[in-house]
Amino acid sequence: MALESKIPAGPIQDKWTNHKFNLKLVSPANKRKYDIIVVGTGLAGSSAAASLAELGYNVIVLTFHDSPRRAHSIAAQGGINAAKNYPNDGDSIYRLFYDTLKGGDYRAREANVYRLAEVSNNIIDQCVAQGVPFAREYGGLLDNRSFGGAQLSRTFYARGQTGQQLLLGAYSALSRQVGLGRVKLYTRREMLGLVVIDGMARGVVARNLVTGELERFAGHAVVLATGGYSRVFYLSTNAMNCNATAIWRAHKKGAFFGNPCFTQIHPTSLPLHHEQQSKLTLMSESLRNDGRVWVPKQKGDKRHPNDIPEDERDYYLERMYPSYGNLTPRDIASRAAKRMCDEGYGVGETGQAVYLDFSDAIKRLGKKVIEERYGNLFQMYEMITGDNPYEVPMKIYPAPHYTMGGLWVDYNLMSTIPGLFVIGEANFSDHGANRLGASALMQGLADGYFILPYTIGDYLASHKFIPVKTDHEEFIKEENAQKDLIKRLISINGKRTVDDLHRELGKIMWDYVGMSRNAEGLTKAIQMIGDLREEFWRNVKVPGNDADLNQTLERAGRVADFMELGELMARDALHRNESCGGHFREEYQTEDGEAKRDDENFAYVAAWEFKALGEWVLHKEPLVFEYVKPSTRSYK
Amino acid sequence: MSSKKLNLTLKVWRQPGPNAKGEFKTYYAKNISSDASFLEMLDIVNEELEAKGEEPIAYEHDCREGICGTCGMVINGRPHGPLQGITTCQLHMRHFKDGDVIYIEPFRARAFPVIKDLIVDRSAFDKIIQAGGFISVNTGSAPEANSIPVKKENADLAMDAAACIGCGACVAACPNASAMLFVSAKVSHLALLPQGLPEREIRVQRMVAKMDELGFGNCSNIGACEAECPKEIKITNIARLNREFYRAKFLSNVEE
Ligand SMILES: Cc1cc2nc3c(=O)[nH]c(=O)nc-3n(C[C@H](O)[C@H](O)[C@H](O)COP(=O)(O)OP(=O)(O)OC[C@H]3O[C@@H](n4cnc5c(N)ncnc54)[C@H](O)[C@@H]3O)c2cc1C
Ligand code: SF4
Ligand code: FES
Repeated sequence: MALESKIPAGPIQDKWTNHKFNLKLVSPANKRKYDIIVVGTGLAGSSAAASLAELGYNVIVLTFHDSPRRAHSIAAQGGINAAKNYPNDGDSIYRLFYDTLKGGDYRAREANVYRLAEVSNNIIDQCVAQGVPFAREYGGLLDNRSFGGAQLSRTFYARGQTGQQLLLGAYSALSRQVGLGRVKLYTRREMLGLVVIDGMARGVVARNLVTGELERFAGHAVVLATGGYSRVFYLSTNAMNCNATAIWRAHKKGAFFGNPCFTQIHPTSLPLHHEQQSKLTLMSESLRNDGRVWVPKQKGDKRHPNDIPEDERDYYLERMYPSYGNLTPRDIASRAAKRMCDEGYGVGETGQAVYLDFSDAIKRLGKKVIEERYGNLFQMYEMITGDNPYEVPMKIYPAPHYTMGGLWVDYNLMSTIPGLFVIGEANFSDHGANRLGASALMQGLADGYFILPYTIGDYLASHKFIPVKTDHEEFIKEENAQKDLIKRLISINGKRTVDDLHRELGKIMWDYVGMSRNAEGLTKAIQMIGDLREEFWRNVKVPGNDADLNQTLERAGRVADFMELGELMARDALHRNESCGGHFREEYQTEDGEAKRDDENFAYVAAWEFKALGEWVLHKEPLVFEYVKPSTRSYK
Repeated sequence: MSSKKLNLTLKVWRQPGPNAKGEFKTYYAKNISSDASFLEMLDIVNEELEAKGEEPIAYEHDCREGICGTCGMVINGRPHGPLQGITTCQLHMRHFKDGDVIYIEPFRARAFPVIKDLIVDRSAFDKIIQAGGFISVNTGSAPEANSIPVKKENADLAMDAAACIGCGACVAACPNASAMLFVSAKVSHLALLPQGLPEREIRVQRMVAKMDELGFGNCSNIGACEAECPKEIKITNIARLNREFYRAKFLSNVEE
């Protein structure tokens, strides 16, 4: 099967406009004849479901959460980008496009990224109209701040709770449609299987997490908005229930997986501080606006940070990357922190941390301004560590945070299974090998509000649909397959808990498929993951039964999928013999330790087709750069 | 911070299903780091139960950062535990002493039936929002964002109210199981912004009617909600809700 990216012809500025014009339309009267299933209610899913229902489609929404508002998007802190140029600092759609493409180390499609930048301004308008309380200046107009990988201020924010406020905006739009009866909302439902009939996605099988029953949902198209897979590392900044099950099961039904090894390790997370820890807490990147990152110049310096004089501190980001300083992109900042710690300059009990210091900013702006900007983050920090960041520098360390990889989609956001659309973090589309801060929220809402509602109509209008009910044999087959899987998990009754096995997988992933990778380690990881998976299916213990609320069973199914996905990530990382963005292969680096890209051989999207466990076929979608010629990314 | 190891006795409410009878059961949490969070302590107890083939204590959580509103239990008689202004997931074991006995129960309210153990059904909150907790603006029809200036003071107050995470602690804390703090937070958030004004009257009336219909109790100005709210949502929002409600009632009478 050849990959068709469906990128429209014409100049980049006109592609999306022309494409919209060429898309087939579904007439208003006919829209209500189509049922669209949306899985997930984060920024991508909620915005899509609300917009589709407003257009007149029948929308069925599933989420495993107890309420749409709990989706992981709620936790995003720092902000959302747009090219409004309100601060008059020279921003434009083209510049946002350029920064995002460059930030992604030239491993994303130009046309997609340009479209993202193009609709960014509409997102801000939409959110403000919904009542999202963005930060404002005294004159009553919107305020901006800067984020990593940009030399200007284009990030809109709502204190340290931007994701929460944006999600509550999308949730309120969705709730309005639920109230109007145009969306049927099913909470506490976990999608387990995709139903494909005559080669088209026609429904899903989901587990009712309260009763344990398997339920079938039929429709004309399925939209996955199920988020990212950083939890494959066990410890990550993601919410505890984030998982890959929906996209992974769709992958095994024929949806190709794009760039699985492109994962983002965020530079400013709280370091691990005790062995019973269940997750890592992010400290928003926005802190790097005012915080300065440093380590002592002397290895193993055990003095209290406040006792280390200015000239004995190494503000290494400012030293190594003078033009971006503390605001270098995430991949670069993370690797720099790791390098400092590996060389013995790390601080804290474990030596696996660097300082993020606000004392200069407090001196310059006053405590009140800092409190206004980051109050809740500082409070969160103190709650967890017991230290007061107004007085003592924060300790931070990189942590798995975001997955640029995901299901492969074409320009219309459709996967390789016709009728299966994938939006938000779940797809691979816009961030290449590294995502810039404040652009995931932008992408989720771009997909949901302004792209999918158009492109899905084209699919519906240009296909013939045989009527399908949930008693179709494919539904029965899929339900039985899921039933068997659940029975198998429960019947193993082995010796190791789900979390114990998950932790072991996470350690393999972090050690060999994490911040820096090499062929030997990756080869070893593939072997180790295979062995661990074998042990999982022989030795996992899932108490309780399937006809009930059973959280261990829920986790077991998700970890089983991570055990397979982890292997594909390692295989993808092993095949990509270059370093780019978040993918750093030790064999491919410049003399001063920067990533060395290989545009000649690797300027493509790796889209993996599932054949059997341990057996994938690689398809390549070449990346063509007509506007921005890939250059060595320099933030010096 | 130096970490210590704690040994604790837990009295946990176990209830197999919505209609089953529940009871407190005793568990021991051993060798818990004082740096661990309260939920990590429960994870450890649960993993031991699982290893023995027993059903773990069912409880909900997700972000573990105090923002998603999923977690929530009554700890020693207080929703979200003994500290002010935090959620259950933000509570750390350094606030407990070695040898402590800790009582853990679900949020209790007529409108929040227990599903299992510490998990309750809070979908009534969603229903209140569906009844009117929004601004009716379709995708694509929004004006340029800066064409609607908002006084910074109002924007800040709106943000204070919008910080509500929908956890339900206010309801659990209230002797009448009233949802007034939650509803007032949403009404205030939208009433404070110019975008929210066109639907100002209808919104408050619909949300209050839905709240009454769902079996939440009345507000008798006790203030327990404000004291237990992890986001420190102010009770002054309830005063604003009342003003909005009577104003709307008055105007709709005039119109009729
Ligand atoms: C701590 C943190 C801070 C962040 N800060 C920022 C920031 O400041 N700016 C920025 O741009 N980005 C930020 N990000 C990234 C951004 O928040 C996410 O990438 C984005 O919110 C993902 O949105 P989504 O809609 O794709 O998925 P999610 O919000 O993860 O939603 C997934 C949804 O799918 C549902 N779901 C999943 N699987 C199933 C299934 N099998 N069955 C049923 N339902 C299912 C879930 O219930 C949920 O509703 C941050 C991320 C983290 C972890
Ligand atoms: S008002 Fe406070 S206690 Fe009530 S739901 Fe909102 S955040 Fe929770
Ligand atoms: S788990 Fe999200 S608020 Fe506690």
